[in-house]
Amino acid sequence: MEILQLLISGLANGCVYGLIALGFVLIYKATEAVNFAQGDIMVLGAFVTIGLTNAEHMGLPFWAALPVSIALLAGFGYLVERLLIRPMFGQSQTAVVILTIALGFVIRFAVGLIWGHDPQTLQNPLAGRDLALAGLVLGLEDVAVIVVTLLLTGSLFAFFSRTRLGLAMQAASQNQLAAYYMGIPVRRVQGLVWALAGAVACIAGILFAAKGAVDPSTGLMGIKAFAAAVIGGFGSLPGALLGGLIVGVIEPFASRYIAAGYSQVVPYALLMAVLVFRPHGLFSQMRSKKV
Amino acid sequence: MRIVFKTDYVQDIRPWKDRYQLGLYLALLALAVAAPWLLDAFYLGELTNVLIWAVAGLGLMVLTGHTGQASLGHAAFLACGCYANIILLEAGLPFLLAFPLAGLVTGVVGALIAIPALRLHGIYLAIFTLALSILTDDIIVLSEPWTGGVSGKYAPPINLFGVMVDRWGTPAPFYWLTLAVVVLVTLGYINLLRAPLGRSFIAVRDSEVSAQAMGVDIARTKAVSFGLSCMVTGWAGALMGLFAGAFNNETFSVVISIQLLMMIVIGGLGSIHGAFLGAIVIGFLPQFLSIAKEWLAPLTGGGSVAIPGLEFGVFGMILIAFLLFEPMGLYGRWLKIRTWFELFPFYRKDMFKRQKTYLRTERLK
Repeated sequence: MEILQLLISGLANGCVYGLIALGFVLIYKATEAVNFAQGDIMVLGAFVTIGLTNAEHMGLPFWAALPVSIALLAGFGYLVERLLIRPMFGQSQTAVVILTIALGFVIRFAVGLIWGHDPQTLQNPLAGRDLALAGLVLGLEDVAVIVVTLLLTGSLFAFFSRTRLGLAMQAASQNQLAAYYMGIPVRRVQGLVWALAGAVACIAGILFAAKGAVDPSTGLMGIKAFAAAVIGGFGSLPGALLGGLIVGVIEPFASRYIAAGYSQVVPYALLMAVLVFRPHGLFSQMRSKKV
Repeated sequence: MRIVFKTDYVQDIRPWKDRYQLGLYLALLALAVAAPWLLDAFYLGELTNVLIWAVAGLGLMVLTGHTGQASLGHAAFLACGCYANIILLEAGLPFLLAFPLAGLVTGVVGALIAIPALRLHGIYLAIFTLALSILTDDIIVLSEPWTGGVSGKYAPPINLFGVMVDRWGTPAPFYWLTLAVVVLVTLGYINLLRAPLGRSFIAVRDSEVSAQAMGVDIARTKAVSFGLSCMVTGWAGALMGLFAGAFNNETFSVVISIQLLMMIVIGGLGSIHGAFLGAIVIGFLPQFLSIAKEWLAPLTGGGSVAIPGLEFGVFGMILIAFLLFEPMGLYGRWLKIRTWFELFPFYRKDMFKRQKTYLRTERLK
């Protein structure tokens, strides 16, 4: 029973990692850039929602605040692309990596300045309610996190493989120039992808803040989401979710069964092992490299 | 504009362009040597700090600026050099032996890590090294018998040719020690760049495919570059440990890694000057901010309130501004200004324009 309980809480955590990883993968799939600020955008989303709903801030009703904050973050993602990433169009990947790291610093600073550095929790209607199921006691938030994540991943996967816009996004990433020739408005598509990633990050932030407290430095957790994205193979949406679940499930088990001090190493060690032995993840999209 | 008429190959690969340039750098060196008599103890300490960061920057510049491999984990090698140096000193080795060995150990560790890591490309390498940097903290805690774990270690005073060298007690000799390391590393770096090895680094950076076609062994070149980079970073780490006096598992955090990378980007990737200019920005930014805050305090009405994270926020904004408006960094800006004056009035706006490359995926080549 204890194992099952650990498993469920691990899965719920893993879903949040998976959602952040999903943000990485979305942007990577469509623009071939890696957004190191994804974790910080998630925290921004969480704090925007907290600022809108929590009684000590604006005190809007929870369900009304959700779409507002998701829309705000989508707008933020679009603006980031428009103002920062688009001028970098045509420059090396490393430059974009450094830019997004710097962006993460700035976001962390701004969030700390606006909402303070104390950990805060999102006041939500699900908080504190439990679901008793055959001897298992599940937090309702945990269940909500798992359900929302599954729905979101499923719909994004369908979006990328079934819709014209999704296909255009994939094409834009695989070969920018060729995509231009095919009449895909590459820049606009990339702006939309960043907006989408901002919205996903916001949802991840809301789920995370509903489960536990966030503070501005929570964004560093994004690194664990990297582990998730890498384990899943950077270009695969279901892979990202699965990677997130793996990292999320391993963590509580490691801290339960492995000596303290070694347990927090496990996700990173796993990340490095995957990078060394299967550099393109468990769901590899890499084919042989031709010159 | 000075035009140098080159008449033989030796002149072409000579590190300095002409006597005038050589004279300038010698004057700069003389000024640097005389600094302890010109500055008070506080600013001398700051200058030492800047020089140490410059060594670390040079270390990363080999890898990122000249071989094109971004590392987000160089704090791990700073830590490695720092601990190796102190452990060797405590084992009774003289400083003159312990210090170079610390760099060598770090270089070997770096090269060993590089062999699996360099199969990775671009961002994957960045993520790998980022994970390495995060693990460093835990590894230091876990290997407590050697590293002192959470309680950390203290740098013993060192004795060099009968002179006590200590950051607090005798800042001037410590400064000269740092300066000597800086000069040696810089000379080595300049030499490296005109040797076949350095040229193969640049070839790998510019195009792996063409480098391979020219007969450069890519894997070996990258591993050597990583090793050299780590060796220099290890020396910087050893100096940092001596400079800080006390350090523990949290001293060399992942933030330091990122700061180091940002530093060389601000300075200007792919130039030795860039490492120094970036180090100056990093070293003096905190002072500058506190002065600016005092100056602004009457205007905003607030006292000298501490704003947590301000330094990193400002740093991030500076970096974003550089990446957007001056991707070649401070050194690139300086080159443009200098060219403007040298060519006046014939400078054209597009002289430094870079060719844009369109992106193709690494996944489906």
